[in-house]
Formats: sequence, structure tokens, C-alpha cells
Amino acid sequence: MTPAPMSSVARVRRALTSRAASAAAIVIAIAWTVPTAGLLVSSVRPEERIMTSGWWSVLADPTLTLRNYEEVLFARDGSGQLASYFVNSFAIAVPSMVFVVVLSALTAYALVWLRFPGRDWLFVGVFALQIVPLQMALVPLLRLLSEGATIGGVEVLPAWELRGAFQFTPVWLAHTIFGLPLGIFLMHNFVAQLPRSLIEAARADGAGHGMIFRGIVLPLIAPALVSLALLEFLWVWNDLLVALIFAGGSVEVAPLTVRLAEMAGTRGGEWQRLTAGAFVSMVVPLLVFLSLQRYFARGLLAGSVKG
Amino acid sequence: MGFDIQAELPKLLWLGIGVAAFLAVIGLLLVIVDRGPRCRRDWWQAACFLTPAGVLLVVGLLYPVVRTTVLSVRDRGGTAWVGLDNYAWMLTQPEILLVLRNTLLWVLFAPLLATAIGLAYAVLVDRSRYEAVAKSMLFMPMAISFVGASIIWKFVYTYRPAGTDQIGLLNQVVVWLGGEPRQWLLDQPLNTLLLIVVLIWIQAGFAMVVQSAAIKAVPDDIIEAARIDGVNAWQQFWRVTLPMIWPTVAVVLITISVQTLKVFDIVRTMTGGQFHTSVIANEMYNQAFRYGELGRGSALAVVLFVLVIPLVLVQIANTRRTREAR
Repeated sequence: MTPAPMSSVARVRRALTSRAASAAAIVIAIAWTVPTAGLLVSSVRPEERIMTSGWWSVLADPTLTLRNYEEVLFARDGSGQLASYFVNSFAIAVPSMVFVVVLSALTAYALVWLRFPGRDWLFVGVFALQIVPLQMALVPLLRLLSEGATIGGVEVLPAWELRGAFQFTPVWLAHTIFGLPLGIFLMHNFVAQLPRSLIEAARADGAGHGMIFRGIVLPLIAPALVSLALLEFLWVWNDLLVALIFAGGSVEVAPLTVRLAEMAGTRGGEWQRLTAGAFVSMVVPLLVFLSLQRYFARGLLAGSVKG
Repeated sequence: MGFDIQAELPKLLWLGIGVAAFLAVIGLLLVIVDRGPRCRRDWWQAACFLTPAGVLLVVGLLYPVVRTTVLSVRDRGGTAWVGLDNYAWMLTQPEILLVLRNTLLWVLFAPLLATAIGLAYAVLVDRSRYEAVAKSMLFMPMAISFVGASIIWKFVYTYRPAGTDQIGLLNQVVVWLGGEPRQWLLDQPLNTLLLIVVLIWIQAGFAMVVQSAAIKAVPDDIIEAARIDGVNAWQQFWRVTLPMIWPTVAVVLITISVQTLKVFDIVRTMTGGQFHTSVIANEMYNQAFRYGELGRGSALAVVLFVLVIPLVLVQIANTRRTREAR
């Protein structure tokens, strides 16, 4: 392609636009990274430096320490104890992610490839559930899980009185329920793209739906499963509201987000702890994000409405 | 040093048991399903595949929606019928009117600015040499929790009295420019706008990624034709690119609007809803879970739901139109 001949005025104008454009892009890029950089730098500065000088003065006064992390992760005097909360975040996010991904794939398969009347209406119903805000479900679901349910005097669900690690179960359940509508919707898009001839050939060979799902469909939609798993993991890891309500604030079950929000409220001025703590909560999502960015973007592109 | 690995083992053990048990049940289900009857209609198969998710969705979402709606016309304990009192309360309390106004501010500013910044950035870095790195920079906040982002920005807004060294970036910039440092999060409505900045900062990356994909899908020959007609970059954006990707822009706007309506973490972490910054989702949490006002909390949830519905309807219509166009 040869560029059309330009007048000198046009050329000057184009050069100016492209320079202004680059400048604008750089300004945005800086605004989007500097706040995080400030947090990181501060988290490795000694307490008295954080409190008395800006983190940008670190170049003039490069005293660095890992003490903040040590304190916020392991000290028992109520200053963080984030290591335990870190384990909790994992114990909440991993099962929730597995449950949502597997159940979504299973349900999506049934809604695409099984033949039964009302199938499409069921899918529309699941699609519609995506719009329900979490807030609509919180009060009744919490009551159901903590007080149980009786229908006509018969106890159909006993009240759960969970202790210790078993307290994770309601949190898993809540996250699974809230993740399913979007998960099923995303998986439906992928499962529906599989060629009809493939499924029908397997049927003709005598394979049942269970076998087709396990042996053919799951391997074929593996990349989509990874995308959904990633979205779901990040979403659960970063969630505050569901955890606040279903896990409470105890060190036995509460995830990092709950602990950090609490620290921001009660120890709002202790920046040495808040900065290190915030980074502890960010490190896993950032690693996951940087290593699997492509899957993450694909998941976002496939469906962007989260209930 | 107080970290006790022994105290953490039960958690990991229960994690392992939970996942293993779940996978075993699903594996068993997949075996059982093929043992069942095979007829023209897949009733048995559908029952096996759909029951787990079906039960969860009915018990965990459908029933609660109905229940919350019922609770919204009952009193604080959820026992006596009070008609529309909870809704009337909302519209007569100055604090709650303020909450509604704040939510309106959020919905007006956050989606529009996040989408615009994301779009501008996507256009600016499109086909540049550093496109991938540049995109990652804007996208990175998407991976951070709202709580983490709130702490990052709370630090940017920190205040130290005039005359001493500032530790918050915003006040330092103000001081460099010759101004007086301020306690940014105390004065309304500026504080709400500063909280909105945090959401824009998080969501712009999402807007950028989705819109960038749409820009790349604009056929080259259309751009080429416009260029041959002597259109400059500015005109090309407004007359060619934007009309072509408009459906995507609309989807992004609405998706962020829905997110914005439900915003909770940012307000809770940065101000706790104090200094007149509360929003609907935050107030709902306070009423239902802190003050034990189930009726009022439920009514606020219903309002949130009603506000979300039209947005999603537009979204669905939009999706259907683009599907048909394809």
C-alpha cells in the first residue's frame, strides 16, 4: 500500500495528532499503574518512613524492609495474621471454582444436547437468573442455611451448626449458587458450537450421554473450562459481600478481603500494615492474571454480565 | 511468630474432602446416567444432568427472590404485613434519599467514563508497537479485588496537615501545584466522585479489552476506503469506527452500569458509608445485617433489582440484534 500524497499542512497535523495521541495514552497508562506502584513501594518501606514521607521519596532514601510482611502475615497480636486468612481464601475459592465449572458444563450439555420438551424454556429461565442481584438472595439464603427449613411441620433441611473447617461449606454453596447462572450461560455458548455430527456419531455407536460428556465434550471444551475457572476463581477470591455474610469475620473461615476491609476500617492509619496486607491479597490474582491473561480476556469477551 | 500450621491443616483437609466428594458424586452420576432407560425423549438423562444445578438454583436463587419480595412488605422481623411502609420510609428519610442520589451519581459517571477511557485507550494503542504491554497496564486492576483497589486509592487520598510532608499522592500533587492539602473523603459530594474514580479505574480495563476486540473486527477494506476518501484520524473514529462498533459500546456501558448499581465493597472499605457516601447496596447490607431491619433491607434489595431489570432487557435486545445481523 502506498500512502496517498499529503499536503504539508496535513502532514504536520497528522504528526501533531499522533504525538498528542501518544501523550494521552501515556498519561492514562501512568494513572493506571502509579497508584499500585505506590502501594508496592510503600509496603517494603519501614513504618516510620511510610508515615513521614511520600513513597516517591524512596529514590532519595532507599531503606527497604520485609518487616511489614512478616508482621502482617504471622504476628498474633491482632495486627493481621493474614497467613491464616490467606489459607481461608484458598479454601473458599478452589472448591467454589470446581463446583461452578463442573456443574455449569454438565447443565449446559443437558440444555444443548438432550431431547426433552421445555428445554429451551429452561435455558431462558437460567439466562434470566443472571439479572438477579446477589442482594435479593442474601437474607433468605442465610436464614435457610443457618436455621434450616420445615415444610408443613416436616424438617426438610436441618439447621446447620457447623464448627471449625466445616464452616466453609455454606460459603462454597453460596458462591456456587451465585456463580451458576453466568457459568451455565458461558458454557452453553461453547457447548452449542460443537458439531452436531460428532455427538450423533457417538450416539449411533451406542455411547450414552454420560460417556459422551466425559469422553468427548469435556476434552473439547477444555479451554472454555479454563476461562470459566479463571473468572470464577478471581471472582470468589476477590469477593467481599458473600464472604462477609456467609463466612463472618472469624480467623477460622473469613477470607483476606474480609480481614483487609476490617483493617481498613479499624486501623485506617496504619499504612505499613494496610499496604503489605493489600499486596498479600493481590499477589495470587496478579500471578494468575499475568500467566493466563489470554484465557481471562476470552472469558470476559464470551459473556460479560455477572449477576 | 504465631502462625500455626496445625491450625490450618483441617481447612486444607476439608477442602480436599469437599472437592473429592463432589467429583465422586458427579462421576457416579455420569455412570448411572448411562445405565438408565434410553427412549426417544431423554427424561432420565435430563433428570440426572439437571437435578444438581436445578436444586441449587431453585433453593438458592428463585425461592430467595420470592421470599425477599415478600419480606419487603413486612416489618423488621419479617412477621407482620406492613404494606408499602418500607418503600414509603425510603422516600421520606433524608439519609435514604441521599443514598439514592449517590447511587444515581455512580450510575451517571462510572459507566460513561470507564467506557470512554477504555475506548479512547483502545483506539490510541491500536496497532502501536507496545500494544500488548500497554493493554496489560490498563487491564491489570481487573485482577485486583475491590477491597485491594480501595486500599490503593485510600492511600492516594491520604491527608497530612499542611506544612508537613504529604504521604498521599493526590495531596502531594496539589501541594506541588501550590494548593492546600485537603481531607478528600470528608466533603460530599466530592467524596462520592472520588470513590467513583476507583470503580472507573477498575472497569476501564474491561471496557478496553472488549472494545479493542470490536475495533479489530472492523473490516480493513472499510478503513482503507475511508482513508482513500481523505478522512483524517479524528473523522475516521467518529464516522467509521464508532458507528461500526456501537453495539459493543452499548453492551459495555450496560454491563458496567449493572456492576455499578451493585457497588458495595468500595464504599464499605473506603468510608464505611460515612460522610454521606452510602449507596443502595451498602445501605441494604446495613439495614438487613447490622440493624436487623429485614423489611427495609429487603425493600432496598427489591429497588436494586427493579433498577437492574430495564438495563438487562436492553442488553438482551441488543444481543439478539447483533446475533441476527451476523
